[in-house]
Amino acid sequence: MGFWDAGTPCSLPKIYIPVVPEALSLKNINKHFGNLHANQNISLTLNRGEVLALLGENGAGKTTLMNILFGHYVADSGEILVNGKFLPKGSPKASIDAGLGMVHQHFTLADNLSVLDNIILGTQPIWNFRLQRKEAADKIMDLGSRFGLEIDPNFRVAEISMGERQRVEILKALYRNAKILILDEPTAVLTPQESRTLFKTLRQLLNDGLSIIFISHKLAEVLEVSDRIAVLRDGKLVLEENVSETSEKMLAKAMVGRSFKMPIRKDLPAGESLLALENVSVLSPDRGRVLDRASLSVNSREVVGLAGISGNGQRILADVINGMQSPNSGTVFLYGKKIKRFNPREMLVKKVGRIPEDRQGFGVVGDMNLEENAITEVYKNKDYSKLGFLNLKTRNNFAKKIAHEFDIRGVKKNSPVRLLSGGNMQKLILGRVLLQEPKLILAHQPARGLDIGAASFVYERLLDAKMQGCGILLISEDLEELLMISDRILVIHRGKIIEAGKADELSMTNLGLLMAGRQVNAS
Amino acid sequence: MRLEPRTEVSLSRFIFAPIVAVITSLLLCSGLIIWSGASVLEAYWMMLTGSIGSAFALAETLSRATPLIFTGLAAAVAFRARFWNIGAEGQLYAGALMVTFLGTGDMNIHGILLPTILFIGSFTAGSLWLFVPSLIKVKFQVDEVVTTLLLNFVMLLLVSLLLEGPLKDPMGLGWPQGAPVLESAELPRLFQGLRVHAGLIIAIILAIVIWQFQIRTTLGYEMKAVGFSRDASQFAGMRVGKILLITAFVSGGLAGLAGYSEVTGLKGNLTLDLSPGFGYTGIVVAMLAQLHPLGVVGSAFFVACIFVGADAMSRSVGVPNYIADVVVASSLLCMLVSMLQVKYRIRWK
Repeated sequence: MGFWDAGTPCSLPKIYIPVVPEALSLKNINKHFGNLHANQNISLTLNRGEVLALLGENGAGKTTLMNILFGHYVADSGEILVNGKFLPKGSPKASIDAGLGMVHQHFTLADNLSVLDNIILGTQPIWNFRLQRKEAADKIMDLGSRFGLEIDPNFRVAEISMGERQRVEILKALYRNAKILILDEPTAVLTPQESRTLFKTLRQLLNDGLSIIFISHKLAEVLEVSDRIAVLRDGKLVLEENVSETSEKMLAKAMVGRSFKMPIRKDLPAGESLLALENVSVLSPDRGRVLDRASLSVNSREVVGLAGISGNGQRILADVINGMQSPNSGTVFLYGKKIKRFNPREMLVKKVGRIPEDRQGFGVVGDMNLEENAITEVYKNKDYSKLGFLNLKTRNNFAKKIAHEFDIRGVKKNSPVRLLSGGNMQKLILGRVLLQEPKLILAHQPARGLDIGAASFVYERLLDAKMQGCGILLISEDLEELLMISDRILVIHRGKIIEAGKADELSMTNLGLLMAGRQVNAS
Repeated sequence: MRLEPRTEVSLSRFIFAPIVAVITSLLLCSGLIIWSGASVLEAYWMMLTGSIGSAFALAETLSRATPLIFTGLAAAVAFRARFWNIGAEGQLYAGALMVTFLGTGDMNIHGILLPTILFIGSFTAGSLWLFVPSLIKVKFQVDEVVTTLLLNFVMLLLVSLLLEGPLKDPMGLGWPQGAPVLESAELPRLFQGLRVHAGLIIAIILAIVIWQFQIRTTLGYEMKAVGFSRDASQFAGMRVGKILLITAFVSGGLAGLAGYSEVTGLKGNLTLDLSPGFGYTGIVVAMLAQLHPLGVVGSAFFVACIFVGADAMSRSVGVPNYIADVVVASSLLCMLVSMLQVKYRIRWK
């Protein structure tokens, strides 16, 4: 059938050569968005039974390519072959039927349904839904035990951990008979230990004949898990190599386009205490103690990293320090004085610089322009307004100063800042915070989603601030980032904070165990 | 077909959008005119001459535009802060009611102070009528669309009650109408024999003041920020609730002034048909103006042209004047579509 080459014209003797086609082959894919050439002539093959890593910074075109593959976008030109057969364009259903399965970075599960319901949703006709649940559950159990993805199908998704949710996502794809699995940043929500389990599962899947595309920006794990690596940059395929012929350095250079140096942390003698939390708890009506007798301290001239898997109370802790949330019990000391009223204005006046996790939602007003966003925190100061009237000139100068000193490019005077790239938006927030000369900085995931260039810019500026005497609390889910920037590391798990130790003396493994809530004996 | 966000916002497209919308809606409505048996060109020509073709017609249009500027500003100020005040109609009557309380001689206020007191009084009355909905919105997140809308009917029934009872003009030959305001309270006519009055000047000055207020003051800046993003504003230390209450205060007050201007400038007393839906039409006016205070003046004039012109048209070519409502409504719909065009690009693939 499709496995046989069609052969050549009849003048030559017909020789049929059995050819096993590639699992997936993309040919000359082009896609434009307005003036942006998001995918430029990309040709890529995925062989049967291999892991192909797809690397690239934000905006390199990975997501566009995957959306084309899944029929969400239609390519301007180019074609896709799955097992040697053309894939109809623009039809998500055709893609799923052809055996493609995707595990998204942000899970697409309904929290209030059971694992079983989530998996079979949309696979069975409504009128015999009830009849096939047993079979479906059996199939899920069978798949689970074969691939190390055990999970009780009757659990509600809301009750299971992030790692388990990912298993459900993979099971969902397998249940639909996926032969090609695409994983988008799968380790983002996992501890190092959970990642290891995931890699084991991936190996088992390969042995069973699946092929895998692994999208990531963590170089170390890409080198560990994949057979071949493809790197996209600015919409172009810039590198496609067997993993044995690449190195971390080479990949980083291919991604960014130039060689790159990450900032280096210098130890300083820590100074006086800036921020201290003592047994701070926050109760949530539906989730109990989201912050559970948390204590921590940040001194001047040090960066304290707070590690933890997403959803363990980081946000609420940040909100307490931001002034957005009052704790139910415990005390917060700022510069040795007890804080009585928690509101953002109070914190700003007391020189607490705040870089929020959600920069589009909380960091900027997306529909206002750069100038207006520059002064959101300072417009009431006497330089920027008098008697309720804004000083438009100082506002303009302040915006210019931020744009200049923090290298914000591509801004048009009146265009809304939501059109800025993530990196430029973060530079705006960083500039606004640092130019107010804060004493304490709360940086919550300051480099999330940024490309390497912008991320290292952010790190450098934060480390500069530390050199000038700032104390910084860095909340992050990225262990590499934490180990690179922080002097001291804390771990948060289910709202409890544990002191992990000095960054130099910590291993990824130990941190991973603490993040999973296990005690580690001093090694 | 898909929508793609535009990467830059151009000013010309912003100005062009309402013009395209109006032309499109006139084209759409010409179908109805043909259906009712008139010639499209003749009908629209009558509409044009009937609204701006003579000094009398123009004055009539301007006097109709006056309350629409007030209610349009009321909506524009509130909507910019994403506070959906649908109750301008009720606030207009609240303002008019206050004028009747204070300005008909019962309170013994006379002389040059009277216009100022009526101005402030009607502003406050409109504000207060919006105070409870805005308070429960800020405190308990009760949807203001529902509360402000329903309060319109409460106010109309209250006015009806008062006009049948304590406020009924003893000299009114039994009609349910309020006593006429004192002569010293009346807003002067701008031209001898024409109905356009000083309320128009007040409205235009207010539009300019609000425009500058939005650009130059911290409060205007806060209202804009709060409108675009409650979360980011709160994070930056703004008191979102307080800002919303002030916005509501200004918005309700502006609507109250519409009542002041109608009673003291045009009608002379309070009646139940003081406003043929000026409060609701103000929403359309504000949307057509894309919430810009100066744009409100222009779009109020346009909407007034349609209403006044439609009367003239119905008299001469026999098309029912309900066509005005259709034109205004369809131009709002066209406006919403063309605003989409300003922000997005349509792709046909």
